[in-house]
Amino acid sequence: MIYKNATEMAAALAAKEISSVELTQSHLNRIGAVDGDVKAFLHVDTEGALAQAAAVDADRAAGKALSPLAGVPLALKDVLAQKGVPTTAGSKILQGWKPPYDSTVVSKLKNAGVVILGKTNMDEFAMGSSTENSGYGPTFNPWDLTRTPGGSSGGSAAAVSAFEAPLAIGSDTGGSIRQPAALTGIVGVRPTYGAVSRYGLIAYSSSLDQAGPFGRTVLDTAMLHEIIAGYDPHDATSINASVPSVVAAAKNGDVKGMKIGVIKQLQGEGYQKGVQTRFTESLDLLASLGAEIVEVDCPSFEFALAAYYLIAPSECSSNLARFDAMRYGLRTGDEGGASAEAVMASTRDAGFGREVKRRIILGTYALSSGYYDAYYGSAQKIRTLIIQDYAKAFTQADVLVSPTAPTTAYKIGEKVDDPMAMYLGDVATIPVNLAGICGMSLPAGLAEEDNLPVGFQIMAPAMQDQRLYQAGAALEAALSSKWGGTLITKAPALAGGAR
Amino acid sequence: MALNYDEVVAKYDPVLGLEVHVELNTESKMFCSCATTFGAEPNTQTCPVCLALPGALPVVNAKAIESTIKIGLALNCSIAPYSRFARKNYFYPDMPKNFQISQYDEPICFDGYVDVEIETEEGPKQFRIEVERVHMEEDTGKSLHVGGATGRIHGADYSLLDYNRAGIPLVEIVTKIVPGTGKYAPEVAKAYVAELRDILRGLGVSDVKMEQGSLRCDANVSLMLKDATELGTRSETKNVNSLRSVERAIRGEMLRHAEILETGGKVKQETRHFQEDTGLTRSGRSKEQAEDYRYFPDPDLVPVKPDAAWIETLRATLPERPSIRRKRLKEQWAVPDKEFEAMVNADVLDIVEQTVLLGADPTKARTWWLGEVSRIANDKGVSITEISITPADVAELINLVASGELTDKLARQVVEGVIAGEGSPSEVVAKRGIKVVNDDGALMAAIEKVCAAQADTAEKVRGGHLPAAGALIGAVMKETAGQADAAKVRELLLKYLGQ
Amino acid sequence: MSTLSRDEVAKLAGLARIEMTEAEMVDLSSQFGTILDAVARVQELDLIGVKATSHPQPLENIARPDVVQPSLTPDEALSGAPAQEEQRFRVPQILGEE
Repeated sequence: MIYKNATEMAAALAAKEISSVELTQSHLNRIGAVDGDVKAFLHVDTEGALAQAAAVDADRAAGKALSPLAGVPLALKDVLAQKGVPTTAGSKILQGWKPPYDSTVVSKLKNAGVVILGKTNMDEFAMGSSTENSGYGPTFNPWDLTRTPGGSSGGSAAAVSAFEAPLAIGSDTGGSIRQPAALTGIVGVRPTYGAVSRYGLIAYSSSLDQAGPFGRTVLDTAMLHEIIAGYDPHDATSINASVPSVVAAAKNGDVKGMKIGVIKQLQGEGYQKGVQTRFTESLDLLASLGAEIVEVDCPSFEFALAAYYLIAPSECSSNLARFDAMRYGLRTGDEGGASAEAVMASTRDAGFGREVKRRIILGTYALSSGYYDAYYGSAQKIRTLIIQDYAKAFTQADVLVSPTAPTTAYKIGEKVDDPMAMYLGDVATIPVNLAGICGMSLPAGLAEEDNLPVGFQIMAPAMQDQRLYQAGAALEAALSSKWGGTLITKAPALAGGAR
Repeated sequence: MALNYDEVVAKYDPVLGLEVHVELNTESKMFCSCATTFGAEPNTQTCPVCLALPGALPVVNAKAIESTIKIGLALNCSIAPYSRFARKNYFYPDMPKNFQISQYDEPICFDGYVDVEIETEEGPKQFRIEVERVHMEEDTGKSLHVGGATGRIHGADYSLLDYNRAGIPLVEIVTKIVPGTGKYAPEVAKAYVAELRDILRGLGVSDVKMEQGSLRCDANVSLMLKDATELGTRSETKNVNSLRSVERAIRGEMLRHAEILETGGKVKQETRHFQEDTGLTRSGRSKEQAEDYRYFPDPDLVPVKPDAAWIETLRATLPERPSIRRKRLKEQWAVPDKEFEAMVNADVLDIVEQTVLLGADPTKARTWWLGEVSRIANDKGVSITEISITPADVAELINLVASGELTDKLARQVVEGVIAGEGSPSEVVAKRGIKVVNDDGALMAAIEKVCAAQADTAEKVRGGHLPAAGALIGAVMKETAGQADAAKVRELLLKYLGQ
Repeated sequence: MSTLSRDEVAKLAGLARIEMTEAEMVDLSSQFGTILDAVARVQELDLIGVKATSHPQPLENIARPDVVQPSLTPDEALSGAPAQEEQRFRVPQILGEE
């Protein structure tokens, strides 16, 4: 059962062919068998998950109306607060912290009866693209355990890819859902900014962060998307509008007559050959399905990476100031009459990893007096230009496409000491975040040179998330029929679990 | 030899700048729904937002925006059609986020003024204090310093933090520099703060209790030589917690600056703390480097764009300016200076005005509230507004006396009854069976009885010794259980005794 | 080539309240050259007259009614406290201003 799609699991639960407790237990067993190798989870909430599953089973037995995914298990990125369950955002500075409240995403999952298996590994405070920046060690790519699963939501992507969970929640600030989805051969969506509440999502960069769903199919992902999206009065940046009908769109994949824009700036030089090949193939397939492929020009995208690496660090330097050893979390250096100031500095040194410190210092610099206009101010203007480029491109096309990441999964340790090389991996995903629009990554096949998954990125205007699913489902169906199944069914078996 | 005050103001011109912080009296906090009750048990009014727990997000209190706009309008400010919140970044343990949400270059109200009048040697003189800006921000928590000899922050062993106050809405009112007040600088500053307090109280937006910290003043003072064109270096005195202290602190700083300048020294630009006991200021801990607050627009909050029509609606609700109203009432009621001052000090203007509006004579209304009712309130240890007698009750009482149904003495019994909860004045009269004995027959019987019993005294009166009548009148009153009208008794008695 | 000196890093670390060893400061200072060069690209374009975007969605006037909702219990509020006393957060002596 664990190898089925979430939609199939939901159907089996609804038909009472299996109970949620059994389904949850199977996944807990799978975690027990393979997570020693994959290390997708930071915390497995065995009791909590089984209790939640039992409650859903009881409700079902009592004939209560249940949401479509009730009883289906899920892996939750450790960036989301869950009441009473350790929540660390991958940082030592929050080791052992148990939130006294639920994030809105968690409340929605609980209300829908989705069973939360545990918290998944991530780059510390979502800063990174390989999950190697976690304070608790890296996660390994189920396709090749010597490689990274991408990041920052690497734990969530790996959990879905390794069949430890059929669904997962990630967060995407510069590509942190789409890039790991690409590198692990699954589907990941970053919804429109403001579509999913950020309340309880530990902030990295407030104007860019957005939680979103992972699944093994486009439809699974849409089902989860509909559960977590929606207006929330606890988030002043939440959009007060009805959730786009993404499930309906995923069920009706169709690109006939759809204009698909290929962004000139997001291909070619710097993109691995196998990535480019699979991307072009997918385009051809879409054209054969009746889509009209056009090329669009987004000249300011060239500056997106620079703008992102000013805006995100600036916001993070302020967002992470609250981790100060006074009210919660780690406290070090509190001896010999040390002052509060010294204890703060000591704790922030001990509790934050290298990349986090690097970005805090960079952000502090970009906001400091005398540099604000040149750095943060200019970055915000670039942001305006990127929004304008998108606006123009969306007059020429219904959706825009690109490879999700320039390369397939790289080796653990390969780029840790070269932050710029790591940052370049976000070049194709970042513009979506800067403009606040939505994007999806879905598997486009395996690169021939390394046999590793390649992601195909689709982008749509704000609150037009259904377009991602409509185009994504069409491409997925065409590719699956070509491959004789979804890409994930080609994933190698892991030592701990026969399949 | 240090200059005395007269010598200082003969040689130097003081320049003032005043920053007043006002806690709004909203039910809930600025960015979360916690209560704002003063004096609650520690940490009982906190939540993920005001404790800055990871993931929590601020949402602005609509009432706080409304109150701030009202304040701006009352201070003759322009209301910004577009304004934003910004983060002011600095670390301090009583500030949970380690940034304060405030407003920076886009305050909600700007360019206003307040006129104040003070008594000078040349008679009353008006000064215009220009208001630079009025903006919204949030209060910090409170720390209790434990250990050390003084109970003060310096030398304490550790501190205990209560975040009930953290996040209470604050409005900061900043003046432009105030030149030209000369030797009256301390009085002008005091009059300004007093006028602000009255305006804010009139608006009903704050408790404006300086002793509880709901109104706090920081005073900037500098001196310049009479013929100089450049401003002197200023000091900023904090902790000025009463009107009298405003005056004392400014006078003290003027003397301190002059002494430094006279001895060839340089005034240091620094923050100083006013000490209530000595009336002097003390230097704060000097910082190693100037703070760089790295202000930037808060990405968790969206712009405030008040509707022009709504602003006009608010403007229409503004009460009459307190100073203008006082002038008007004093004239309308023809109250002598001393008595009017007593009314203002006793805070009975509103209540007397309401009583007068119900048809009562102003002098009588004032006498009742300031006299009998105040006395009972005093005895009970409650404020006059808390005591359970209404302007309608007092107006009715005055009517009953005017129509001769009650004597002043009986009316006092009625007041007691009303306050004791026995009902309205007429209900108390009925219940207690209080009535003026107006029946001449009954009175004559009592007079005859008393004159017979005290024949000697009666004889003296009959012989023209009128002062002796008092004893007889008293006895008659006693005979009628106090229900007779003393004037009537006197008239009948004298007639009976041939006078 | 942009740089950030060891002293500038030290100043920024102070503002950001992060204790740093000499080695860390030197290390960061050396990495910042490449990073600053990359981000300084935002200054290459002529941005005169371009509006700054600090928010991806054009939302405005989002506020909540002034209504009190239940707070956390003091136990919940203090549940993560490294130290507590008398229902308050206990913190080391504070050096800053009063």
